[in-house]
Amino acid sequence: MSQPILSLKNVSKGYGSKGARTEVLRDISLEVREGEFVAIVGYSGSGKTTFINMLAGLLKPDSGEVLLDGKPITGPGPDRGLVFQNYSLLPWLTVTENIALAVDSVFPTWSQEQKSAHIAKYIAMVKLTKAAGKLPRELSGGMRQRVSVARALAMDSRVLLLDEPLSALDALTRANLQDDISEIWQSSRKTVVWITNDPDEAILLADRVIPLLPTAPATLGQAIDIPLARPRDRSAINHDPQFKALRNQLINLLLAAKEKSRTTVSKKLVLPDILPEDISTPNSIQYLTRRGPRRRSEEKREELEVAS
Amino acid sequence: MNLNLFQKFKLESVMLPALAILGCCLIWYVIAGKSVTTVKTDDWGDTVKVTKRSGISADLPTPVETWTASKAYITDPFAKRGELDQGILRFTWLSLKLVAQGYFLALLIGTPIGFLLGLSKKFSMAFDPIIQILRPVSPLAWLPLGMILFSGVKVMDAGGRTTFGASDAAALFTIAICAMWPTVMNTAVGVRAVPQDYLNVAKVLKLSRTKTLWKVLVPATLPYMFTGFRLSLGIAWLVIVAVEMLTGRPGVGGFLWQQYNANSFAHIILCINVIGLVGYVLDRLMSLAESKLKTA
Ligand SMILES: Nc1ncnc2c1ncn2[C@@H]1O[C@H](COP(=O)(O)OP(=O)(O)OP(=O)(O)O)[C@@H](O)[C@H]1O
Ligand SMILES: [Mg+2]
Repeated sequence: MSQPILSLKNVSKGYGSKGARTEVLRDISLEVREGEFVAIVGYSGSGKTTFINMLAGLLKPDSGEVLLDGKPITGPGPDRGLVFQNYSLLPWLTVTENIALAVDSVFPTWSQEQKSAHIAKYIAMVKLTKAAGKLPRELSGGMRQRVSVARALAMDSRVLLLDEPLSALDALTRANLQDDISEIWQSSRKTVVWITNDPDEAILLADRVIPLLPTAPATLGQAIDIPLARPRDRSAINHDPQFKALRNQLINLLLAAKEKSRTTVSKKLVLPDILPEDISTPNSIQYLTRRGPRRRSEEKREELEVAS
Repeated sequence: MNLNLFQKFKLESVMLPALAILGCCLIWYVIAGKSVTTVKTDDWGDTVKVTKRSGISADLPTPVETWTASKAYITDPFAKRGELDQGILRFTWLSLKLVAQGYFLALLIGTPIGFLLGLSKKFSMAFDPIIQILRPVSPLAWLPLGMILFSGVKVMDAGGRTTFGASDAAALFTIAICAMWPTVMNTAVGVRAVPQDYLNVAKVLKLSRTKTLWKVLVPATLPYMFTGFRLSLGIAWLVIVAVEMLTGRPGVGGFLWQQYNANSFAHIILCINVIGLVGYVLDRLMSLAESKLKTA
């Protein structure tokens, strides 16, 4: 087997400073081969964005290594295109200008015509030629996400990282875009890491699906290979027993981890440090006699009535 | 029904301010001194007219007196009868020209400082105390320093007349240094408030520093910057009066001070009204531009 293009070795990552530090990801190890389509499925808030930001080079792991071609990743690079979860288009630039920003910085030596042709090609690829001159706020959510995908594709990077690219869209638009992107991928066969919260989407698109288990901190679960033949037809695949089995396997893995994390959490209950207030005396300007809330820890003496 | 409501609303929005203005004028009238002319016979048997002013504030002219005394300046607003006797809009124009120069100087200096403060923690840490100390200093305090700083400045035209002297430089300096703080502070806040998402885009796309500045930071900060620009303009207009008074330059402020010394108190009130009105118009224009920018 050839050397993996991307690999993570025992990577951990947390947020917050020393005292209030919470670990989000622990002991993540993964290898992605060139041309492979890997999907990571996880619950919301389990650390998916954190994971992909480390691959993109926007975050540094606390421990462990993130390698590209065997060399540590020190920052973002043109070899890794990223599609952000919230599109992150610059609102003051048109569709063309947003993509041009990427093209200009990745291919600075190209002539103006070469760049324009390149940009137009990718806008056409995501079927947005008519909206090329529009600003992001004039586009629908699905169109914005297409622009975001086109921007990443136009960088012609070796690896494409996508952070829940379709999660914010309605089911129908989502299905359409899944088919479009799947088609684009089949013609280019780039290495793809696709983050999603939808098990069906992951199985439909990927060669290999890895659940991000919602233990606290999250860890990667057992990878599931998807041997389904391509192109995969979404309506036919729904009745495919193999697809159903894979889906059950994946969902069970995720649910089991959730159950486990639920039972292992234990919390110490602390009663509020406050005693009932006597509200029978009115508390107005004239009657400043009533005391404020009393705290048990501040009471020096406690009188107990003892029945004699 | 709807129309009725609209009419009522419109009527109120006109009537209430009108009533308030009328009320103020009434109070003004009550406070103002009134001239009483009495005819007396003096010790030699001649009849003389003695005009005495009396009232709560005897020297304050009444609204009517103010109007009659100011009429010439308002009805002929562009007249030039002498260096310090010009129509009120001519004076306003002179003041506005100076304000514009000082104001653009303020923006030119203030905006980059704001960016540096917003971008660099170290720079911000180093200069924050200085800025906090200089910010509240009054224009009256800056002007003498400006005079000293630029005492050597003298630009003469072909005829040997000074076209730009120390007092001009000091005036510009004072306006600029007083007016730049809102721009500095708002720009700094705006730069710090640029969403992390946009910065991440810049990083992932590997934008150069200049590209990041012009394509990401400046557009993202623009609404904040504009708020600063608007506040700065207000201060520049506030400062001009003080500067003109101290330097004796022709302009609304200079005219005000000169009329005070000449005991033409009615003209002072005229000046105050004009200064206020111009300030209001400038602020309206700027907020119009600002809201255009925010919806754009
Ligand atoms: N910059 C940050 N500072 C502190 N905590 C953070 C930060 N970013 C994320 N977290 C925390 O880390 C955890 C994982 O966040 P992350 O954004 O990676 O989740 P996610 O799986 O992408 O969620 P979603 O599906 O909602 O996008 C969350 O509990 C979040 O509160
Ligand atoms: Mg996320």
